[in-house]
Amino acid sequence: MNVLPKPFAGPADLTVRINRKRCQGHARCVAIAPELFEVDASGETQELRGGAVPPDLANKVYLAAANCPELAIDIVEAGEQA
Amino acid sequence: MPIAHTDRFLGVYLPSRYEDIRAIAYDPEHFSSRRIFVREGKRPPLKSPPITSDPPSHRAERKILLPPFTPAAIQRLEPRARALCRELLEPLSGRSACDGAVDYAQEIPARLIAHMLGISEDAGDQFRKWVRDSFEHSMTDVSIVQRVVAEVSAFFDEEIARRRGARGDDLISYLLHARIDGEPLSKEHINGTLRLLLFAGVDTTWSAIGVSLWHLATHPDDRKRLAAEPQIIPTAVEEFLRAYAPVTAGREIVKETELAGCPLKVGEMVLLPFGAANRDPEIFPDAERVVIDRAENPHAAFGLGIHRCIGATLARMEMRVALEEWLGKFPDFALAPGAAVEWSTGPIRGPRQLPLTLGAG
Repeated sequence: MNVLPKPFAGPADLTVRINRKRCQGHARCVAIAPELFEVDASGETQELRGGAVPPDLANKVYLAAANCPELAIDIVEAGEQA
Repeated sequence: MPIAHTDRFLGVYLPSRYEDIRAIAYDPEHFSSRRIFVREGKRPPLKSPPITSDPPSHRAERKILLPPFTPAAIQRLEPRARALCRELLEPLSGRSACDGAVDYAQEIPARLIAHMLGISEDAGDQFRKWVRDSFEHSMTDVSIVQRVVAEVSAFFDEEIARRRGARGDDLISYLLHARIDGEPLSKEHINGTLRLLLFAGVDTTWSAIGVSLWHLATHPDDRKRLAAEPQIIPTAVEEFLRAYAPVTAGREIVKETELAGCPLKVGEMVLLPFGAANRDPEIFPDAERVVIDRAENPHAAFGLGIHRCIGATLARMEMRVALEEWLGKFPDFALAPGAAVEWSTGPIRGPRQLPLTLGAG
């Protein structure tokens, strides 16, 4: 069973999506990449700026996904189907 | 065979692979939370929503608890946690020995949860006694649970009565004003949830802080590195949680099913040893090694699925602050020569006595 996403070959046009069905609010993504995620006052975890990932945060978004216990973070490269 | 079984404790299965433990945690239809601990004997079912709840009621009962445990809410508690650690370290100044579990680890979560509940932090002593009775001493004597629950309920009844007139800025007041579908929570619901908040936050974090100190006391290279590079403490905290996950919960099998080809009997329990999942080499490379700067660490110490620990952010903050303050004060420490480290028994695992020598020695 492979739970870790594959590291990216290099910077690309990335978007991040939280899979709502899987997310349980561990908030690891918020701790690792507060530039990309937040937990709102009701306790729901959200992507910031519609999930757009600036190129300099590609590594952080990868780490956020790799540390999510629920495997709830999907990273989509431009041109790829979500 | 990846699944073990015992006839003791009214029948219990023990899976050990990440995949199996995850599958159980994700399947409340077959595996109910109405019983979450194994004991030698039946006890009347007690509700502590949402940990003992199943779908569909679980969702709303959990949702009302999320706001006080968001990262922003926990950040507001950090100054109190830090001050508390300093208050505990102050009397250790100049000493050459102490007990890392008794003098430090056990005090932090009990006092902080008392603070959050709006109760005198001195009640922490009583909290710890209740917690040890119900998690350690009751495994083979269920009558202890009934006594503790009666005492805790009476304690909270009094605290609730005190808040009926004037709302405070604490978790008890918060629950008194919480609503599900516009309705206030029943007295039993509030009392059950308060029992959960009290029990879930004390010996778990106490164990996690204690085992972190034990690791550092027995691994001088890791200790020196964390003292020199406190910025990696948050990553080390995750690794301590992975390698020494303190909690093994369980589920009651309520519908016939099988796991990894093993048929499971309805009415028996199945354990969720998250610590075993966290050392599954299929998931974690070099799983048996503690790597304090492990970058990819999707460990399951706080559980998986709908019952993931609601206090995870609180526990992480307590661990980080406790280690930052301890290492700031005592960068040099070790296990006392010939020390007898006493470990807890029961579903929560951590050192209860941890004799240390302090200073370069």
